[in-house]
Amino acid sequence: MTAEKSIITVVGKDQVGIIARVTSFLYENNVNIEDISQTIVQGYFNMMMVVDTSKATKEFLTLSEELESLGKKIGVLIKLQREDIFKSMQRI
Amino acid sequence: MININEVIETNEMIEKENLDVRTVTLGISLLDCISDNMDILCSKVYDKIVSTAANLVDVCTQIEREYAIPIVNRRVSITPAAIVGASACRTVEDYVRLAKTLDRAAEKVGVNFIGGFSALPAKGMTRSEILLIDSIPQALAATQRVCASVNLGSTKTGINMDAVRQMGKIIKETARLTKDQDSIGCAKLVVLCNAPDDNPFMAGAFHGVTEAECVINVGVSGPGVINHAIQSAAGKDFGFLCDTIKNTAFKVTRLGQLVARQASTRLGIPYGIVDLSLAPTPSVGDSIAEILESMGLEKVGAPGTTAALALLNDQVKKGGIMASSYVGGLSGAFIPVSEDHEMANSVVCGALSIEKLEAMTCVCSVGLDMIAVPGSTSEATLSGIIADEMAIGMINQKTTAVRIIPVEGKKAGQTVDFGGLLGSGPIMGVSTFSCEDFVNRGGRIPAPVHSFKN
Repeated sequence: MTAEKSIITVVGKDQVGIIARVTSFLYENNVNIEDISQTIVQGYFNMMMVVDTSKATKEFLTLSEELESLGKKIGVLIKLQREDIFKSMQRI
Repeated sequence: MININEVIETNEMIEKENLDVRTVTLGISLLDCISDNMDILCSKVYDKIVSTAANLVDVCTQIEREYAIPIVNRRVSITPAAIVGASACRTVEDYVRLAKTLDRAAEKVGVNFIGGFSALPAKGMTRSEILLIDSIPQALAATQRVCASVNLGSTKTGINMDAVRQMGKIIKETARLTKDQDSIGCAKLVVLCNAPDDNPFMAGAFHGVTEAECVINVGVSGPGVINHAIQSAAGKDFGFLCDTIKNTAFKVTRLGQLVARQASTRLGIPYGIVDLSLAPTPSVGDSIAEILESMGLEKVGAPGTTAALALLNDQVKKGGIMASSYVGGLSGAFIPVSEDHEMANSVVCGALSIEKLEAMTCVCSVGLDMIAVPGSTSEATLSGIIADEMAIGMINQKTTAVRIIPVEGKKAGQTVDFGGLLGSGPIMGVSTFSCEDFVNRGGRIPAPVHSFKN
């Protein structure tokens, strides 16, 4: 199966364990992380991960929903989006 | 590789600046449903729409969730009904029955509007077109989702003034039959000049006879995104302003193209066009008027408004055309009144009149849109307003349209509320000087000369 690149974004107030909890969720669901970067925008913690979901044990939309509810538990906003949206908007 | 700032920018456009895909419209040809028997026609039409559009809503929802991008409307457009029903429909009631069939099919597939209860009498009217036009008031009063449109003229054919006169009557009658809901029937009825075959936006969408069996057309939007970008260009010169709009329009259009291609692949239906229109909604932050004001106008309608709109419209096209291989539909800024809260505010404070709106339609798509006028406005005056707008389209080789609502029982200055995306707004005053003798002459305005352009 070809790589299915997707972007995970985490936005919220910085706290201990955000990356740990997101990455362990990804590990449990066999989602490979290809890149991680983070920055602070207007006092908010912003993290972006490039992930490959092609070998994931769950459907894309299920992963997306579970990440969203994980975010709610931690108190941050987590989104999973296919990479094409950023590529098509940001590249000629 | 995509970097974090680009990701943040895209997501802020979606979350804070109302970036969305305004409509995914599935065009369906109903030519193969034609029959001379009403029962057969209605059953074939229903079956074809329901089977072709069966997965439209689900696929759009899937795309919406995978990309986290809102798709506001899923819609269907069909071959103009006056062609489809020409053989079977022998009375006005037959056309009303066909409209009800379309309404049921739209409800079944879960779309909020179905466009194409249409006739195209740009030069002359067939017997079928006369019947369909006469059925419009009842058809719109008896259905929820059906949108009607009539193409009254074109640059190549001139203007069919008999049809223009008739539409004045039809609009009044539609207003009367839906008076319990502020004459909302008229919000689902538009008349056009140079109507495009591939327009995904309601109420003027239909699947023209130049089109394939079925096709996916997408209408993008994003006034909030453009407005935000323009605010960051405050005080800069026009060159900078234009670049800012172009860059933003490029991104917005790319999003539309992505959604169009995804919908096309997943539905197994060819991708037609992306319509580059800037379409406002009644929400704050999703307004064309706000964009014009961010350019430096105190209120829309102030001197300079037409120039600002011309600039905006052209830059949106320049950015959008580079972003998509196939551009079509209406492609331009929409300037409806009730659907744009700041446009409505400008009317209330006296900055914007129907005459200024008419001037604005010379430089943008589409025309006098969602304008509520007093219920006492005469049929002839409505026809005169329509004729003016058709003339602008005919001479300037562009699409123009009129969607006007003579609100039964209400006067200028009162407010109407159509609800949802149709919005609310003030009733605008209309010139009370008569054009009756002009409108009632009958016949056609000939096609204009295509040279000696001045």
